[in-house]
Amino acid sequence: MMSPVSLSQTSKRETPSTPPFAGGERWTDTAVRLLVRSLVVLLIVALWWTASASGSLSADLLPSPAQVIAACVGLVSDGDLAQALSISLYRAFVGFFIGSGIGLVLGLFAGLLKVGEQLVDAPMQIFRAIPFIALLPLFITWFGIGEYSKVMLIISATIFPVYLNTYGGARNVDKKLIEMARSFKLSSARIALRIVLPTSLPSIFVGLRYSSSTALLALVVSEQLNASSGIGYLLMTANQQQNSDIVIAIVIVYAIFGVLLDMFWRLAEHFALPWRAKIAL
Amino acid sequence: MNTVRLQAGSDAIGPRALAPRVALQGVSKIYNGRAVLDGIDLDLAPGEFLAVLGPSGTGKTTLLRLLAGLERVDGGTVGVPKVHSVVFQEPRLVPGQRVWKNVVVSDRWSAASRERALSALREVGLQDKAQSWPKDLSGGEAQRVALARALVHEPELLLLDEPFAALDALTRIKMHALVDELWRAHLPTVVLVTHDIDEALLLADRVIVLREGKVQRDIALSEPRPRDRSSAVLGRLRTGLLRDLGVDQGQHTGVAQQVTV
Ligand SMILES: Nc1ncnc2c1ncn2[C@@H]1O[C@H](COP(=O)(O)OP(=O)(O)O)[C@@H](O)[C@H]1O
Ligand SMILES: [Mg+2]
Repeated sequence: MMSPVSLSQTSKRETPSTPPFAGGERWTDTAVRLLVRSLVVLLIVALWWTASASGSLSADLLPSPAQVIAACVGLVSDGDLAQALSISLYRAFVGFFIGSGIGLVLGLFAGLLKVGEQLVDAPMQIFRAIPFIALLPLFITWFGIGEYSKVMLIISATIFPVYLNTYGGARNVDKKLIEMARSFKLSSARIALRIVLPTSLPSIFVGLRYSSSTALLALVVSEQLNASSGIGYLLMTANQQQNSDIVIAIVIVYAIFGVLLDMFWRLAEHFALPWRAKIAL
Repeated sequence: MNTVRLQAGSDAIGPRALAPRVALQGVSKIYNGRAVLDGIDLDLAPGEFLAVLGPSGTGKTTLLRLLAGLERVDGGTVGVPKVHSVVFQEPRLVPGQRVWKNVVVSDRWSAASRERALSALREVGLQDKAQSWPKDLSGGEAQRVALARALVHEPELLLLDEPFAALDALTRIKMHALVDELWRAHLPTVVLVTHDIDEALLLADRVIVLREGKVQRDIALSEPRPRDRSSAVLGRLRTGLLRDLGVDQGQHTGVAQQVTV
């Protein structure tokens, strides 16, 4: 029951340090790290550029950086990208919010209440075994090729990461904290609100971060298989017309998406979890 | 079960003179067929400071958890005052709540409860840490917050389970002085579980040694406070207690040194 284990938390407390930012890194270290990273990227682009210029890399396989940049500029200037982005972002956000919302509610229900666990967890563990992409043909049959099937796919892709991490986070709250709360006569509602919820927030964030990238994945898949709008559609059309410069440009748009999402979650965690050791931004 | 019997006509002084007593009668606790506690009888007067010693695994924590109501007895009865609180070996602070909210973790959070938290923190010398997060506290500070949390509701019974065992020797000495001071200011009944004989001798009115489920020894201490750990009386008691705990000072000075810190 009261094993004399020293929790990792305890050892962290022994060194009361308030890192200024970026996990205690000094700004010079941060600068060096960023410089090295950007150098690696520049090196890859330089190699790509040389290979294209020397003719050893055929433009049909991989267009030169200049061509890709031109394609990007073209997509932006004729408004195709903006239009496609707005419809795709709309799908992704709606799907993500609904899916994560369901995952969060079910995760808290199962994580906080015994009865919730019994009702929800077993079916969720069965459903999660289904790869969500396998559902697409079924969703097209059920919901048609319009918006519904796409949003449903994104919803079904985002429920589980959030559910699993919320449920796991709530169930893994240190039993000693719960016992402390009992000994201080906290009501169950207060235990949930003041102890379980805040303590499982980091885990919930892991779920949200993860589900936002599966939302992106589900968006790509659903738009490439059946769509008449959105960036996935743009990509497929360009591919059919063998405009590989546009294809690469759109892949880069997806990559920028991914990077922005990652930055967003780092910032969100930074501000929502001030009580944790700071993570590198 | 709460003791409601009052110590009428007690000659004890202070606000706790009429507080309910702690009363254990024939208490036993069985784990896996083994009686960890085997018919313990123990009566504590209001405001009494009891230290519980015993080799590890003799049921000191079990005894404390029974008093805290975190465990049920398998036999006998336990009577404790209604308002009681525990300081565990680890601080057990909620990492996602600021220090002051940890102190009044069971109250409605308001300006009034914040004031209560601040005054409890002032008593343990941490008023300027009220807004800190638990991760930014040292081990000693975190344990002082746990002490403030236990004292904020003026408990009639304060239960301490090796609260300083994880602290370095210097911090521990400061904590002893703090506990002594807080006890004299509030006069709760205290049950302090410890494996540090000096801690027991410095702080307690009464020391019991648990062994094989029973109270093997029960010693009253009347040395004036604050106590000097090098006093001759305490030295004799220390030698006796070490023998009770199965450590022969003559032959194993190294071990004895370790036990007494
Ligand atoms: N919940 C439990 N289940 C089974 N055995 C237990 C439990 N709690 C304590 N024990 C056993 O009871 C004995 C006394 O434990 P404890 O009260 O923690 O000892 P101490 O605090 O004196 O070191 C130990 O042998 C321990 O293994
Ligand atoms: Mg113990």
